[in-house]
Amino acid sequence: MYPAEFDYVKVSSLEEAISLKQQGDENSILAGGHSLIPAMKLRLSTPKKLIDISGLNQYKNISNNGSHISIGALCTHKQCAESDVIQQNCPALSDAASVIGDPHVRNKGTIGGALAHSDPQADYPGAILALNATMVVKGSSGGRTIAADDYFTGLWETALGEGELLTEIRIPVNPMNANSCYVKFPQPASRYPYVGCGVALSSSGGNCSDIRVGFSGVGEWAFRDAGIENALKGQALNSSSIAAAAEKAAEGKAVLSDHFVSEEYRRAMSKVFAKRAITKVS
Amino acid sequence: MKVSMRVNGVDHEHDVEPRTLLVQHLRENLRLTGTHVGCDTSQCGACTIHVNGEAVKACTMFAIQADGAEITTIEGLATNGELHPMQKAFWENHGLQCGYCTPGMIMASVDMLKNNPNPTEEEIRHGLEGNFCRCTGYHNIVKSVKAAAESMQGGA
Repeated sequence: MYPAEFDYVKVSSLEEAISLKQQGDENSILAGGHSLIPAMKLRLSTPKKLIDISGLNQYKNISNNGSHISIGALCTHKQCAESDVIQQNCPALSDAASVIGDPHVRNKGTIGGALAHSDPQADYPGAILALNATMVVKGSSGGRTIAADDYFTGLWETALGEGELLTEIRIPVNPMNANSCYVKFPQPASRYPYVGCGVALSSSGGNCSDIRVGFSGVGEWAFRDAGIENALKGQALNSSSIAAAAEKAAEGKAVLSDHFVSEEYRRAMSKVFAKRAITKVS
Repeated sequence: MKVSMRVNGVDHEHDVEPRTLLVQHLRENLRLTGTHVGCDTSQCGACTIHVNGEAVKACTMFAIQADGAEITTIEGLATNGELHPMQKAFWENHGLQCGYCTPGMIMASVDMLKNNPNPTEEEIRHGLEGNFCRCTGYHNIVKSVKAAAESMQGGA
């Protein structure tokens, strides 16, 4: 399949990328290309100009800054899956990264690209919401941060403004994030999640002191599940309290339906996978 | 646009349209037709090659993104007429039926062993999640990868 024609520029600085992006919203940023190129081949996306940022090596690092884990937007899924820093401090993120697509896709696709694209069937968002991450973005008027809770705003929509680029993802370092996981029910061919559930949980004396739950693949965009969180907060952690909380999964949310998985089945599986994820970190 | 890359040890420079896919460039401009196009949607893995030492789906990359890259395709695996141990193992264990998925399977398997030289059967099956065999000949493919891992460990 041939994408529509486009011009191509490989930039050597972020400023150059921002300025090219601002010249027209038909211009698209190219990182790993594993969301954008398939969309271009289907002509769902027909950018006038591709701005290749893959040479900006300063955005390819993962580090622990004490208060947060800093992940450069150009880190590949493979890097995120294999990073000791991520596995120890926010395992929900390495769990999610390790089940995206397949090994070849994980070699090329980037965390920043995936989050900027914000596919409803992407894996990271559920984990990012559970981990209370912060997105660092840059535009021509400077930088700002966006909380994960405010970031996913619609189907393929995010709070990123025109001409803004996602440069870094920050995950707070705390015991709750260190006790997190992401579990997934994948479509067997495409590997996209029918249901992906991220959970971060802290407990004291056998009681759940705090919990954050994020779902990917279930709704038109990723969401936090306050129903589950409120049902479990302050409760003793045992199989019946976890099962009762998981029953609240996606309550009051619009749930996707497609020719593989009906709304009813996806809703039922959301409960099953919420229960598995919470059990894993309890 | 000018694009230059080193493919199987040979330097190539071509003028391509930016929208030329890497797989198309390899097959149509360089006439390296061992790399197949299967689904053309980054799922089946028939087009798997190595770009700078990593397995990549060549249908989901533009040729211009590979400017300056070092590329290995199935044609570049054998050395001096001697098959790569993975190719030998696929031959000896009947790891192919129609052969369409085979170049991608072999390139993916070589990359897998580089990261994990002694994989379990389960790890092999997970490692090949991105490669489909429509003959469903997975059993012997897994056997082939296991055999190659053993022969490569033995210093072959």
